[in-house]
Amino acid sequence: MRAMPKADRNSSIPTLAEELARLEEIVRKLEADDVELDAALVLFEEGVARLRAARDRLSAAELKVQAVLEEAGGDIRLTDLDA
Amino acid sequence: MTLSLSLDTPSAADQVWSVGQLSTAINRAIDGHFPAIWVRGEVVQCKVWSSGHWYFMLRDRRSQVKCCMFRLNASRAGKPPADGTEVFVLAKPGIYEEKGEFQLVVSRMLPTSAVGQKQQELERVKALLQQDGLFDPARKRRVPSYASTVALVTSPDGAALQDVVTVTRKRWPCARILFVAARVQGEGAVQELVRALRLVNRIPGLDLCIVGRGGGARVDLAAFNSEAVCRALADVRVPTISAVGHEVDISLTDLVADLRAATPSAAAELAVADRRDALRLVDDLSVRLAAGLTGRTRLAGARLGRSSDRLHASIEGILQGKRNLADRLGAQLDALSPLKVLGRGYAVARDESGRVLKRRADFITDQSFRLRVADGDVQARVE
Repeated sequence: MRAMPKADRNSSIPTLAEELARLEEIVRKLEADDVELDAALVLFEEGVARLRAARDRLSAAELKVQAVLEEAGGDIRLTDLDA
Repeated sequence: MTLSLSLDTPSAADQVWSVGQLSTAINRAIDGHFPAIWVRGEVVQCKVWSSGHWYFMLRDRRSQVKCCMFRLNASRAGKPPADGTEVFVLAKPGIYEEKGEFQLVVSRMLPTSAVGQKQQELERVKALLQQDGLFDPARKRRVPSYASTVALVTSPDGAALQDVVTVTRKRWPCARILFVAARVQGEGAVQELVRALRLVNRIPGLDLCIVGRGGGARVDLAAFNSEAVCRALADVRVPTISAVGHEVDISLTDLVADLRAATPSAAAELAVADRRDALRLVDDLSVRLAAGLTGRTRLAGARLGRSSDRLHASIEGILQGKRNLADRLGAQLDALSPLKVLGRGYAVARDESGRVLKRRADFITDQSFRLRVADGDVQARVE
């Protein structure tokens, strides 16, 4: 059992949806003709990093099931379930 | 086993049915044709046995049928009905094989008057919620494409939790399911569902909330038609899916939620993406990214080539201009050249210092001077 962290999701870490949306944007920019080569290389590098992050995220974790409990004081606690 | 056509004597032992076989065969035939069905009738002669089972007759003007309701279901139905009470029963028809009697095995019983009241209450709540815009399509939110943290409000006893976990594990194993337990039927269900939905609003980092239960008869869905639960669901700050697990009836939470699913499994399919699809998308983006850069490099090369051509062309242009200028100046210079005049027979006289002698006064007797003619100088003297 562990206490619920204050902020479960660090705002600087993009969600998978944000990651994929940014990737789509990068690809579209590269596919357009108006990007300078220097800028294109920077975009490409960012794209590769984001692809790797998305793949890691998709292939890593195992489903986590937790019960949400409210304690007497009103705090929320999570307990892992073997579901 | 098939029925013998011989009506005089049975010709073989296997053409004779035993009573038990007949009862079993008829039971099977009924079972195949009748799932649990709702039957309306009047209860008479209801007897409660010490085991807790109820036995009664259900009748109308034309016919009657024996009914039994086993202890567990009977205890949920409350008090045994008084003779003459008109009820709906959810029942499986069959043969009580030991006695060869046709009977209904009842799992639910509802007085028709109560159903009438329930229906009226349902309509009242529905009208209120509609008035407050809770069913308004404009307030429906989109379920996120890649939900990673999903809250599930349901009973710890039902199959809903396991169903959602099974589907999610198969489709989107990188997700997290946060289970918030609440009774979904019977006394206290409304309060527990409301409390659970309020708790959901306090969970940080949540993408989506599923509220629901497994399949059940209409009476079991009452909590999902309650005004308090509907309002608490409308207040959930993340997109919601209602999965009350009943194909036929729509509960009011189905109308309030952003999405309705027929079952908790279907809700899980709507809630999370399929990892295989996401991986295909990533592969596609990967190919497009590489192609994009290649195309961009090729384009830059072509542009560079064009720039180089333009540079050459512009230098060539400058040089040609200079050449033309030089030619023109050369021609002018040539036209102005004194040698050209000398070529026509004129001469230029200069003294020893090179001064040009233009007039008679410039010539002094006995002074020597030089005459420049077309092909050179000539020494001369003034007489």
